[in-house]
Order: sequence, then structure tokens, then C-alpha cells
Amino acid sequence: MGLQTLDLKQRSATTTPSPQAKSNVTEVAKLIDVSKCIGCKACQVACSEWNDLKEEIGFNHGTYDNPRDLTENSWTVMRFSEVEMKEGEEARLEWLIRKDGCMHCADPGCLKACPAPGAIVQYANGIVDFNQESCIGCGNCITGCPFNVPRISQKDSKAYKCSLCSDRVSVGLEPACVKTCPTGAISFGSKEDMTDLAEERVVDLVERGYKTAGLYDPKGVGGTHVMYVLKHADQPMLYAGLPADPSVAFSVELWKGGLKPLALLGMGAAMLGGLLHYLKVGPNDADAEEKEKEAS
Amino acid sequence: MTNHWTDIKNADVVLIMGGNAAEAHPCGFKWVTEAKHHNKAKLVVVDPRFTRSAAMSDYYAPIRVGTDIAFLGGIINYLLANDKIQHEYVKAYTNASFVVNASYKCEDGIFCGYDEAKRKYDNKDWAYELDKDGFAVVDETMQHERCVMQIIKRHYSRYTPEMVETICGTPKAAFLKVCEMIATTSRPDRVMTIMYALGWTQHSQGSQMIRTGAMVQLLLGNIGLAGGGMNALRGHSNIQGLTDLGLLSNLLPGYMTLPGQSEQKIEDYLAKRALKPLRPNQMSYWQNYPKFFVSFQKAWWGKAATAENQWAYDYLPKLDKGYDVLQAFEMMHQGKINGYLCQGFNPVASFPNKAKIVGALSKLKFLVIIDPLATETSEFWQNFGPYNDVKPEEIQTEVLRLPSTCFAEEDGSLTNSGRWLQWHWKGAEPPGEAKADPEIMAEIFTRVRALYQKDQGAFPDPIVNLTWPYRNPKFPSPEELAMEFSGKALADVTDPKDPTKVLAKAGEQVAGFAQLRDDGSTSCGCWIYSGSWTQAGNQMARRDNADPFGIGQTLNWAWAWPANRRILYNRASADPAGKPWNAKRKLVAWTGEKWAGSDIPDMRPDAKPEEGVGPFIMTAEGVAKLFVPSGMVDGPLPEHYEPFESPLATNPLNPKNAKAFANPAARVFKGDMEQFGKPDKFPYAATTYRLTEHFHYWTKHVHDNAVAQPQQFVEIGEELAAAKGIRNGDKVRVTSNRGKIETVAVVTKRIRTITCDGKKVFQVGIPIHWGFKGVAQRGYIANTLTPFVGDANTQTPEFKAFTVNIEKA
Repeated sequence: MGLQTLDLKQRSATTTPSPQAKSNVTEVAKLIDVSKCIGCKACQVACSEWNDLKEEIGFNHGTYDNPRDLTENSWTVMRFSEVEMKEGEEARLEWLIRKDGCMHCADPGCLKACPAPGAIVQYANGIVDFNQESCIGCGNCITGCPFNVPRISQKDSKAYKCSLCSDRVSVGLEPACVKTCPTGAISFGSKEDMTDLAEERVVDLVERGYKTAGLYDPKGVGGTHVMYVLKHADQPMLYAGLPADPSVAFSVELWKGGLKPLALLGMGAAMLGGLLHYLKVGPNDADAEEKEKEAS
Repeated sequence: MTNHWTDIKNADVVLIMGGNAAEAHPCGFKWVTEAKHHNKAKLVVVDPRFTRSAAMSDYYAPIRVGTDIAFLGGIINYLLANDKIQHEYVKAYTNASFVVNASYKCEDGIFCGYDEAKRKYDNKDWAYELDKDGFAVVDETMQHERCVMQIIKRHYSRYTPEMVETICGTPKAAFLKVCEMIATTSRPDRVMTIMYALGWTQHSQGSQMIRTGAMVQLLLGNIGLAGGGMNALRGHSNIQGLTDLGLLSNLLPGYMTLPGQSEQKIEDYLAKRALKPLRPNQMSYWQNYPKFFVSFQKAWWGKAATAENQWAYDYLPKLDKGYDVLQAFEMMHQGKINGYLCQGFNPVASFPNKAKIVGALSKLKFLVIIDPLATETSEFWQNFGPYNDVKPEEIQTEVLRLPSTCFAEEDGSLTNSGRWLQWHWKGAEPPGEAKADPEIMAEIFTRVRALYQKDQGAFPDPIVNLTWPYRNPKFPSPEELAMEFSGKALADVTDPKDPTKVLAKAGEQVAGFAQLRDDGSTSCGCWIYSGSWTQAGNQMARRDNADPFGIGQTLNWAWAWPANRRILYNRASADPAGKPWNAKRKLVAWTGEKWAGSDIPDMRPDAKPEEGVGPFIMTAEGVAKLFVPSGMVDGPLPEHYEPFESPLATNPLNPKNAKAFANPAARVFKGDMEQFGKPDKFPYAATTYRLTEHFHYWTKHVHDNAVAQPQQFVEIGEELAAAKGIRNGDKVRVTSNRGKIETVAVVTKRIRTITCDGKKVFQVGIPIHWGFKGVAQRGYIANTLTPFVGDANTQTPEFKAFTVNIEKA
């Protein structure tokens, strides 16, 4: 737990209630105006610099997308889509560029799915954060995420994703990506202000002929604390497969609901098994595994 | 830029052409998004590729590489034919009414005065008709058949929408849509900005492309206005400062020029540059050239520059020809230059025809590299497999590498595209043995001077007499250099109207170039920078961003040349009576006593409107030149020529005149003409460009940039890819008549097939940025492919239009 300064709203796999006495916390949001985003990737670089991430230098695979996907070291990536929109008889080309990363759902599927107490938390301001020291690397957060965002590190088997720079936000700063965005495509503030700003932008886009422009703040996950202004809000899938109507998977809801006691029982059995294994065999030899890898 | 970055937010229409601001100037592009968001501006992008800028645009039109003059000439024709010009502006502020000599003509794409053998024009027949007082004859009605308005009407009547489609491949409907959007700004209260960059500069007719853009802006009345202008987006941090300080081989600081061989006497030199007014009452500000020049000579040679020795005029070299970089490498290639100091420059990667550049460097006796990075040039002699396949044992050049600091490791000023000199402070100590450039140069200079003092030589005076007043002669400080550029009084400078009034005491910094004198009583290293460091201190370090007029005119933020003026020609933002064309975007207005407003007036402050002093104070005419009687070597009007390498066999505008195929006045070296590819072997039009993830050849040395764009690629359209059996991500081989590169193909809808002169034209996009040094994946130098020819006026290489073939590797 790195961030005691932010008040908690909920914690994964925890039955005791979170503190509720303080009620005056403003919900925050990051607004990504896709109509102003040039896909320069300055946000990617700022993210890696602020969060001390070092991605591998890859290759070109026939697109501008690099890194190609989110990883434990790339918490945000730009996704480029070339789309031909019908305009009467003619087709109008659009190069849609979307900054992908954690959406910080109000109803976070990852947190619901997480069996490790306190590994995933939601702060009162809406940020959903991973605490790697509590993470058991089970990958349930990936199953629980309707946006396919968390990634498990090969190095330490823990899950990573965008923290919305909760460390910066806790001291009154905007996230690093917002700070660095050269065109003003990313804004940060209260969810209310960001919704107002989005409305203003939508009016402008509609005037420019994008009749279906709108705000992406999907209700299926209770709304999000990362929102998009889209020129084609009726077809979010155009933007590199942004889900039209995301929701927390039924299986996760089930786990959180009726089946949870059963599942916890299963977990308990597994842990017991682990303990027995330890008592009988001793600790797993991680060094031996490493040596094997090096030899191969 | 005539205007500045922040001012772009005031535009109603933004035209990005010959540049890709979202890609190459992402921070400046913010002002385009501001104009769209808060000023309801429309963004129009014309480019061979659907770029990142195009992705942000309200309208995009494709164009074939190298055909921008045809497109812009077509716009001129549209504006004139449809009466979409700002009449009052054109009449009062341009030379549309000036009458040209009867001997002027242009036939089949060639102007009068052409010497084919020398590939040069004699411009004497492009002059104005003069009256008995030596003033140009004008016809206010603009009906005279030889007045500029009628000449340009006739010249551009050939540039019909159909001809534009034929040459540029832009569908007629798309071209007309662009014309309509642009033409809305012919209204006095609407304004368009043009943002361009090396997409116009780097052509054999690049200067004329830019001029055509300026002509469009003048006809629309968009120069000198907030939100308007011709805005060159400079491609390197401080490349504006480089040109301002005269680092081009034919320049002196402040856009003064080196003398030519025929100008052995200072009188001849000054007479040609101190332009007499061509119309009554005009300021013709270059009349002050002797003041700037003498002050400059005093800055360099101090007490050794006297009235008796014509201010040390003999110390300046007299040019027999231009010594631009292409010329220098040509001479190196011929073995005529055998030592080379290469400072902050990576010619192996940055200059055309890599094989020729490496061949030239291989003939040197010594090469000195002054650079913060281990550049390709510094290791041109090493074998890097296919990326640099040379034999080190056959190269005898001795290479000396002097590591220098980068901008963040030193104090100083950077001049941005908008002419702002912004002082900055060191952010980190330089690593290892790296030294600042002034320190390195001072070491070299003081040692060379000692040699001349000891051994004399043929003409040691310019070296041994050079002023070197720095506290530490081995390391002139940035502050001392900045003060020297701004200038000081050597004796008391008095008011010419009242000699008892002292404007600047001896030893004081001058307040600006108005205080410079031609009698040796002032010194100034760069007259346009005069006033950047005054008695009040360093004006470049000011950081007050107050915007009292709400249009981004932050006059107390840093300092802009000239005279802290933010928008050039701002007198033209008001009508001839002195009333702003648009009160909401007021720059200056006549108050009844003087010119005042949100900017420093670009006008004599007390010039009453009825005096008719024109707003273009640097020209002898006082107005802007649609037709240029002198100053351009390749014609008084822009004319479309094909790039030296074209996918077409003839120039569709002048198909029968082979002389007018490519720019007839561009210099081509022997051997290079033969290396131009022909369409049968190299059928595809190609262009090179930057990506936003990288800066030139620097950031491939930086891990995070290399992650964002790790590996070289080329972009081709889907139709060409299908025809060649190339799939997205396949390895391909791109060849020109000068070499080959092998790289990854990005197959994209963003490069579409166009039809020119009845023929399908495919275009190939080649990003630069990769090479054989750095942490990114190794790649071929993109300039292996590009031709060794430059713009006729500036000799900037034609990187933006050439031909290639492409095959699956």
C-alpha cells in the first residue's frame, strides 16, 4: 500500500467495510478527446518515465502501433485504425487514434474478480489501483476486466496497469500523460467538469458534421473515470475494438455474489493443499528454475 | 514565421500544406486545436499522404509530390476568376498596380533572359517601367495590360482546375472544395494562416512554392493580420537562430550578405543593398544597411575597423560562387576540399545520395566531428554490414571526435519559429569530457591565431585582428555573446534631431537598431537581435505571459526580433486609413497621432495614413511583391516544373518544351544529371519525412523514443501493395538510381493511388530517422535514395520528390 493519503472506497476480497465518515471527496476523471489526439505517443513516454517502466525495443509489424500491446511495462498504448466512413456516395478516410489503457470503472470488474485481499483497491475519488505486494498473480483481474487491460509480468507474476498516477493525484497533480499531452487532447479534473467539457466538445464536433459524436462513459460498468470524446460515439468498435456496451462478466458477478462462499472454500482448500505441499516437499526452488532457463 | 505560434489560435481557416504540423511540430499544433476548439476554425490539409495532420482536419485533399506550385497556382486562378480577393488590400498593399517593362515575357514555361548553357537567367527584362524620377509606374485601376494584376491573371489562367487535376492528381471536386474553404477568407474580417515546412522547402523549386503560398495570402489580404501570415515551421530547435546569425555560407548576421567578387569596393557593395525607394514616401528600410553593416564590422574587428580602411571591408571574403553544403561536398568529392570541421551536423544521414557523401568524406585528409552524439558521420569509415558497406582499410581520413554539450547542458537563447528569443538555463552538467561549442571553438581559434601571429602567412589580418574581448578567452560566456549580438555604443550616441540629447553613453548597450550608426560609434553583432539585451538587462529572460488584449500578444514574454515585434507587416492589419480590418483582432491602429495597439507597430510611429507609407517597409516598393523583378534566380513568377525525378515523362503544363520540364535555373553538377532515374526503371514517386516519435537522427539514441518507433519502414498504398504481392509487415527493397534500402512495408489506405496526365501514379513514403548508430533497430540511411540537387535559390536538397522502384525482398 503506497498511498495512504487517498481514501479508500473498496478493497478486493475484503469483507470489512471501508471508512465512510469522510464524504466530501470529489470524483475525478481523465477525458481523452480523440478528435484532438495526434497519436504522438508523448503520453506513452511520460507514463514510462514517471512510473519507472522500461519497455523492450521492438520491431515494426506493419503499423504505427508500438509497443504493439499493453504490457506490464506499457500501461498505455496508442491504437491506430484506418476507417473508411460512407459519406453519401463517397468514402471518407479517417485515421482514428485511441489512447488505450485502464478505464478506471466505477464498478471495476477486476476488483470484483480479485481473490487477494487488498491487491486491488478503489479510492473514493474513483481511481482503481493495483497493489502488487498483495497480488498473487492469479490473473482473475484479466478475466474480470471488460477492456482487456491488466497484464501479468513474466518477471514477478504480478498484475500491472495504469494507476491514473494515483501518487501524483494524491498530491494535487494531474497524471503524467495529461501533463505531457502537447495538443490538449487529455484533460483531468472532477468527473463533473470533464463531463461538461466533453459536452462542449461534442457540440463542436456535431457542428463539423459528426452527427453521432458523443461521450464514452459506459453505464454497463457504472461509468468510467477515464472517458473518451468520440466522433463516432455510436460505433465505439471502430476505435480498435473499444467495446460498445462493456459490462462485468457474468461469471465474475456470480463469483462476487452467490458462489463466493463456495469459491472461498475452494481457495481455502487450495491454500491448505499448498501448505501440505510445503510441509512435505519444502519451498519451491526458484533458483533452480532460473538456472534451467539460462541453460536453455 | 511572419506571425507566431500562439497567434495561430486566431485563425478562421488553417491551411497545412508542405508540412505536417501534427507530426513534426506536435507542441505547436496545440494552437491549431485551440483555433478549432475556441475560434471555430476549419483545418484544411493538402498532402501526398493522409497524415497525422490530415487525421485532425476538416478537409483533406491528396496531391502528387512536388506539384504544389500547380495546386497553388490553381488557387490563384480560382481567386482571380471568381473575384475572391481582398480588393482594397491588393490595391494598396501589393504591387498589383505596378507596370512591368514591355520586354518582359514568359513563353512555354521559360521567362525571358534565359541562358540554357549556363542554366541562368538575366533578370534585366523583369523590371518595372520607371518614370522620369526613377519611380515605378503604377496604374491604380489595375487595367494596364502590363500591370502585375493583368500579368498574373494571364500567367495563372493556364492553371485551371482540370490542369491541377492533370498535374497534381487531385480530383477536381476536391481541389474546388479546398478553393472554396480558402476563399472564405477574402473577406476583410476573416483570415487564414498557412503552416508549411520542409515539404515546400526541400524541392528544386522550393522557394517558389513558398512564394506561391505568399501570393495566395496576399490576394486574400491575410498577411500582417492576427491569425494570418506565412508561417514557416522550423525543423530544428534554433535553426531560426542559425539563419538569423548568418550561418548559411553566403550570409552575414541579420540577413546581410557576403560581397561577391565583382564588389571589391565597399561603395558598390552598399549601393546594391541600401535600396532606394521605388515609390514616393516609402521607408525602404534597407536604406539603413550601412548602419547595420558598419556596426557589424566594428563588432568583429573593433579598433581595426576604421573609416580609413573602409571598416575592414577587405577582411571579408568575396564570393565567386555559392559555397552551400551541396557545393562543399561536390568539391570534397572532386578532392578540392581536404579538411572538414563538422559541427552539430550529420551529413552521412542528413544529406542526399549517401554513397556520394561517404565517398567525399573518404577523400578527406582529416575530419573533425563536434557533436554530443556518436553520429553516422563520425563512423562513416566503419563497416556496418549492409547498412554501411565500406572497406575501412581503404579509407585514410583521420577522424577527430570532440564531444560537445547538448542544449540542456548550457545556458543561452533559442530562437523559435515565431522569432522569439527565449533564454534558457542549464538543466544538467555535461557528461564526461563534453565541452560547450563556444569553448571548443575558442580553443581552436586562439591556437590558430597564435600560429598566424607567429608565422604570419599571406593575409593574417582578419584572424589576428579579430575582436576577442571575453573575460575568459578560452570560453566566451553565453551572456557576453548575447550582449555582443545586441550591440553597444562605442562613443556617445546622440539624437539626430537634437544633438544635445544622448541616447546611449559610450560603453552602454544600445536600446535597439534605431540607435546604430554608420560612423563607427556603435557595434552590433546582429542588427535584428539589437534590443535583446539592453541597459535594462536580458530581455530574452522575461517571463511575463500577461495577454492584455486576449489574442496571444504577450509582449513581455521573452523577446522577438525585430524590435520585439510579434507580427511582421502588422500595419497591414489596418485599412489604408488606419482602421483595423477586424476590431476583434486589432494589432495596430492610427490613433490620430501615432500607431499603437497590441503589437509594436511595423511602421514609422508618426507616419500619418495620408502619407501613404506602405506596410512592407523592407521593400523598395513599400508594398508586397506578387511579381518579383529581382531577387529570385528562377523567375519573377512561380511556374510549375516537375521534380528532377518525376513519374511523368513530360511536364503537362508545357509538354512540348523539354527545357521547362524541371526547374531550368537549378544548379546540377556534372554526373548528377546522369544519376536522375527515369520512369521506366523507377516508376514510383517517393518522398521522405519525419515521424512524431523521433527527432531527426538524434532520438534513435534514446531508449523511450526507440520503443515508440523501433524500426525503419516505408509506407505504400493498398493498390500498389496488391500489384507487387506485398503484405503488411513484409520486407521490401526500395531502389533509386543511387542505391537501395531494405526495410518493412506498412501497407496503408492513407496513401491512395492518384491519376496524373492519364497515368496511375503510386507514391511511396519513406520516413527518415534510422541508421547504423543508436539504440533503435539498425536500418539503412533513407538518404541513400535521394538525389543530389537543390532548390535554385537556396540549394536546399530535393528530399521531398524523387522516384524509386519497390519490390518484395
